[in-house]
Amino acid sequence: MITIKKPGLLSTIQDLGRYGYQKYGVVVSGVMDSFSFRIANLLVGNEENTPAIEMTIVGPSIQFHQDSLIAICGGDLSPSIDGQTISMWRPIFVKKDSTLQFGESINGARAYLAVAGGIVVPYVMGSASTYVRGKLGGLLGRALQSGDQVEIGNLTELSKKVMDHLHTNGPAKWFVPFYKPINPIIRMLKGHEFDLFTDASKNLLINETFTITKEADRMGYRLSGPKLMQKEQKDMLSAAVSLGTIQITPDGSPIILLADRQTTGGYPKIAQVISVDLPLLAQMKPMDQVRFQMVTLEEAQHLFRKNETYLTDIKRAIKLKYR
Amino acid sequence: MDLQFYPLGDQAVILEFGNIINPTIHKQIQVVSNYIEENPPDWMIEFTTAFTTITVFYNPEVLFYKEVCQELSHLLKNIKWDEPNEYRMIEIPVCYGGDFGPDLIEVAKTNGLTTDEVIDIHAKGEYIVYMIGFAPGFPYLGGMSEKIATPRKATPRLKIPARSVGIAGTQTGVYPIETPGGWQLIGKTPLELFLPNQEVPSLLRAGDRVHFTPISLDQYMEMEQTRS
Repeated sequence: MITIKKPGLLSTIQDLGRYGYQKYGVVVSGVMDSFSFRIANLLVGNEENTPAIEMTIVGPSIQFHQDSLIAICGGDLSPSIDGQTISMWRPIFVKKDSTLQFGESINGARAYLAVAGGIVVPYVMGSASTYVRGKLGGLLGRALQSGDQVEIGNLTELSKKVMDHLHTNGPAKWFVPFYKPINPIIRMLKGHEFDLFTDASKNLLINETFTITKEADRMGYRLSGPKLMQKEQKDMLSAAVSLGTIQITPDGSPIILLADRQTTGGYPKIAQVISVDLPLLAQMKPMDQVRFQMVTLEEAQHLFRKNETYLTDIKRAIKLKYR
Repeated sequence: MDLQFYPLGDQAVILEFGNIINPTIHKQIQVVSNYIEENPPDWMIEFTTAFTTITVFYNPEVLFYKEVCQELSHLLKNIKWDEPNEYRMIEIPVCYGGDFGPDLIEVAKTNGLTTDEVIDIHAKGEYIVYMIGFAPGFPYLGGMSEKIATPRKATPRLKIPARSVGIAGTQTGVYPIETPGGWQLIGKTPLELFLPNQEVPSLLRAGDRVHFTPISLDQYMEMEQTRS
């Protein structure tokens, strides 16, 4: 079991999301940065979709009531255990009664705490993900609060091996190399309504810098920058949107739809962030600047497969190391 | 039929059946979505339907976009377009006016009707559930009489109670969960529209037909008690 001593800014239990129910209007939710989340789970020997804690800018303080194996991936929110700084992107052995804390936000916006065995909460519609607005999933459908206690699940054989190894041989000296871009370029695809926009607006989207506004949360990021206008204002029929859809509101501002987006939208879709760049976006916060680059669907899907291969390689490497 | 495919990002494809809301396009969408529901391709993650589109989500690790389009074209060949479209008829009891429908009088005034006439027109209609979206279980209903059409409120309410029945322009709908909104509220139903713990978490599904049945406050209270 673990106890949340302080919740941090917004800490929620998430997995890869609630799929299969969008036709009933049920929001997908799930982690914002799936790359970091999946690696964190792999590092502790979990299946990669095991529920973990997503924390935001200010991390929580968590007490462990049993010996545990954890990994923290994502943004660097200065994790420490009982005052000792710990490394990210590698498995860490945590002794019973230790307290994990976070400090200054060094980079990124979100970090993931995976615990071997996973965080145990009831599944709602096939997922443990918390959707706070809908009071759904996670722990009682809400963000974690001081005093909350959650159980840790049973360890996989692999988790036991990793834990034994760290217990005997001390901290892991290796870590997963990760990509930490500064002011990244986010790649995107043309949206279906791209050509409804003026040539000037299309050029602005590709060539100008946009700033993430304060209206940036799990539902989506509103951007400020040059206004993007349609050739003529047309009313659209509501249709499906997806993770990374860039909609333009009537005043010309882009909104990038993220984990807690509604299932349908009625604004024109100018573009779509490619799947492999969504984790980068998830690590950006208000005032950060972003530039876009257009790629083709073929490139996006090849990058998708490359990323999956990378994760499979990591999974295999961990299995080999601790067999 | 003018059916078009186009991508929604790198993990979904949209099938567009047209660009206007009408029962013919809706029927085509229902026929296809019923077929997909009963014969889900193993590469499909899920699908959703909207006024004029079906969106199919897939994993690009399994199939590339072009392959998904081929698979779908192939699948569409099995569709029997002229089969009668079966649908469910759902009764939604509504307690109109009073505290539940604070805008009933405004809707009546706007249209030069009495409140009883508004209720009568609203309850006589047969509505098509064109799609579910915006909020869990929220139906986009078509078929409301223009006689009771009323513009949205100039200032949206910060909280619309769950299960309120409202009118916005020529649309009518029911709010499954408490949300902000500018709809004119004319009543409330004792039925839950969002059922998170059931296998199908929504009372309504795209393709259903809906009738509203007026009930008294006493009946409302009784039904609400039975529910809880």
